[in-house]
Amino acid sequence: MTEFLPVILPLVWAAILALAVFLYVLLGGYDLGLGVLFPLAPSNKDRDAMMASVAPFWDGNETWLVLGGGGLLAAFPLAYSVILPALYIPIIFMLLGLILRGVAFEFRFKAERYRYLWDIAFAGGSTLAALMQGVVIGAFVQGFVVENNQYGGGPFDWLTPFSVVTAIALVSGYVLLSTGWLIMKADEELRVWAYGVARYALIAVAAFILIFSLWTPLLHPDIAARWFAPGNMVMLSPVPLITAASIAGLWWSLGQRHRYTPFLLGVVIFMLCYTGLGVSLFPFIIPPDITIWQAAAAPESQLFMLYGTIPILPIILGYTAYSYYVLWDATEHDVYH
Amino acid sequence: MSDFDPLLLSRIQFAFTVSFHILFPSFTIGLAAWLLVLELMWLKTGERVYTELARQWTKIFAVSFGMGVVSGVVLSYEFGTNWSEFSRRGGNVIGPLMSYEVLTAFFLEAGFLGIMLFGRERVPRGVHLFATAMVALGTLISTFWILAANSFMQTPAGFRIGDDGVLYVQSWWEVIFNPSFPYRLAHMVAAAYLTTALCVGGMGAWYILREKFVPHGRVMLGMALCILVWLAPLQLVIGDLHGLNTLEHQPAKIAAVEAHWETQRGAPLILFAIPDIKTESNRYEIAIPKLGSYVLTHDWEGEVRGLKSFPADERPNPIIPFFAFRLMVGIGVIMIALGLTGAALWLMGRLYTTNWYLRFMYWAWPLGFIAVLAGWFVTEVGRQPWTVYGVLRTADSVSPVAGGKVLTSLILFVLVYSIVFGAGLYYIAKLVRNGPEATPPIPEEGEADPSRRPMAAAGAP
Repeated sequence: MTEFLPVILPLVWAAILALAVFLYVLLGGYDLGLGVLFPLAPSNKDRDAMMASVAPFWDGNETWLVLGGGGLLAAFPLAYSVILPALYIPIIFMLLGLILRGVAFEFRFKAERYRYLWDIAFAGGSTLAALMQGVVIGAFVQGFVVENNQYGGGPFDWLTPFSVVTAIALVSGYVLLSTGWLIMKADEELRVWAYGVARYALIAVAAFILIFSLWTPLLHPDIAARWFAPGNMVMLSPVPLITAASIAGLWWSLGQRHRYTPFLLGVVIFMLCYTGLGVSLFPFIIPPDITIWQAAAAPESQLFMLYGTIPILPIILGYTAYSYYVLWDATEHDVYH
Repeated sequence: MSDFDPLLLSRIQFAFTVSFHILFPSFTIGLAAWLLVLELMWLKTGERVYTELARQWTKIFAVSFGMGVVSGVVLSYEFGTNWSEFSRRGGNVIGPLMSYEVLTAFFLEAGFLGIMLFGRERVPRGVHLFATAMVALGTLISTFWILAANSFMQTPAGFRIGDDGVLYVQSWWEVIFNPSFPYRLAHMVAAAYLTTALCVGGMGAWYILREKFVPHGRVMLGMALCILVWLAPLQLVIGDLHGLNTLEHQPAKIAAVEAHWETQRGAPLILFAIPDIKTESNRYEIAIPKLGSYVLTHDWEGEVRGLKSFPADERPNPIIPFFAFRLMVGIGVIMIALGLTGAALWLMGRLYTTNWYLRFMYWAWPLGFIAVLAGWFVTEVGRQPWTVYGVLRTADSVSPVAGGKVLTSLILFVLVYSIVFGAGLYYIAKLVRNGPEATPPIPEEGEADPSRRPMAAAGAP
């Protein structure tokens, strides 16, 4: 059994981290997306409602990002130690954005005369963090130069047209999720507004999905080979087809004024894009050359963490779900401020 | 761009961001426990003063906790952005400890914080109490893991170094319960409770002095004093044990703390000096003969190693550990004095009427934070030039990033943190000044129906 551990453990950890990052993208996504939309909201009352709808949850949402970072260090230290210096600038700006928007939750309701400053911090910080996360995804797909187990590229390798476009694409995706969130939770007036914004966001998301479906294989012949190999093409053809169907379904559900379908289909679209990304990159954790097995922590370290993670993760999901359930219709009236 | 030293700048940046961060856990670890006590007292006695205080300080907790969260996220990425070689070579050991912190503490805190802050009127009282208890427990679990990781860096154990220079774990038990861990954990938890006690007691004294919210002020001062009078002297004992442990495992750090250059028997206790690393001696030294040996070895003629007995490239620079240590101990003595004086006044029945004492208590509120920072400076600067003591040098731990980038990020951190800290302090001060608000009618057990639309507990935002 022990001889299989070095093969199996990295796969298990890649799956756990993929789940953590995906949960962050969903939860942090609607959360940051609200910040992006914040300045555009019809009224101050709506801004209060937007913020109150997420105030009990933002902290938990962000914890998945911490798990993503901490888990990467623990399970794939080589990947952590190459990718983070490579992305020094976008990571630092993401962190600064997250600080500004995170404290705004607490400060905004306590400020009176200078509330608008925390509005700016919330909107600006959220947008900055979302853009930088998009840059990180783009740069990750592009790959990193590795020399002697260290990052060997330049300080601005991450800044390319591709990563700039992924940044804007991710922001539009986050906005789509956040409109779905508002449609579930907001009152009539704000909901009507969200239905309208969701259409624009959906058009942008659909366009970006199309762009990346063409651009990524063109940029990386090996990714193209993977998708267009005869056997794979049949296997993988459901991914674009279901994506197209979900986009169409989401558009329809907006017209029908559904309450929960838009968010759920937004989640499905994210899941499919994420799957597509996984298909393109697996098993590389430092694209284009280093695999999850090469970057893995020692088996005894991965195993030690697994013992705890297997029982704890379901418990976390359980009380997170309970917290969402109990505080689902918390409004600004419940705010303890 | 290459003129800037990425190593030095990364050290300054890490020192700055981690110092900023530790202020908030130092406060919230104790505050969460205090909130739990207040909730329990309210359930038990039904006296409104307890729930009114709990409601007020929950708001203060929320602000501090929020700042702790956002500044903590930074650290979990800084290990990679600035200390990638440390992460690569130490990841097998440090990574799982920090991941366990996220899994067992951060999620617990985040999951139940929402219920603690927003659920008071939406869940049964028992569930709310449970949520508060989970948040308090979360802060302690977090302390456990992060101090295990830090203590491993101070007194590494249970590992081997591979041919590739990477650390591999041989015994998780020895890694976690490494030689300095129990002492450091006890010292930090006690420091956190003392820090909170000084804040709560100081603000309580202030309410009494201003003759506003006097019943609340009395509860605050009284409860804070209960902590101070026992824990401040106990902290001295824990600190002494911790020091002896350091002497055993990190003698160079103790030599730096004491500014001892020469190895000697009957070493003096140096009260003041300017240690000079160029001449390897002290200037302007004021010392008490033989007391140094007695404090360190509990023997007047005990031998104490000096800095010169360590190779020059394995010595910490003594200036910061020397002064920071004296600052920390001085504050410790003030805390003991405040606790004992307060207890004496209480026995005489004059605690709440002795204005000079109340004024001292009020001015002492920030001392815990200063002592915590000073203590961490002692132990972290004293660990130099290593990240993992005796195993991995700080110079070999840094990321291959250009100094210019680190300087830019450092300036941005200083800028953003100054704004955030200033604003946070301002809003907390406002919450303290406004005082506790009168409670709405107390809901009976079981009345909290989730479908009911409650009115705001604390009025309009």
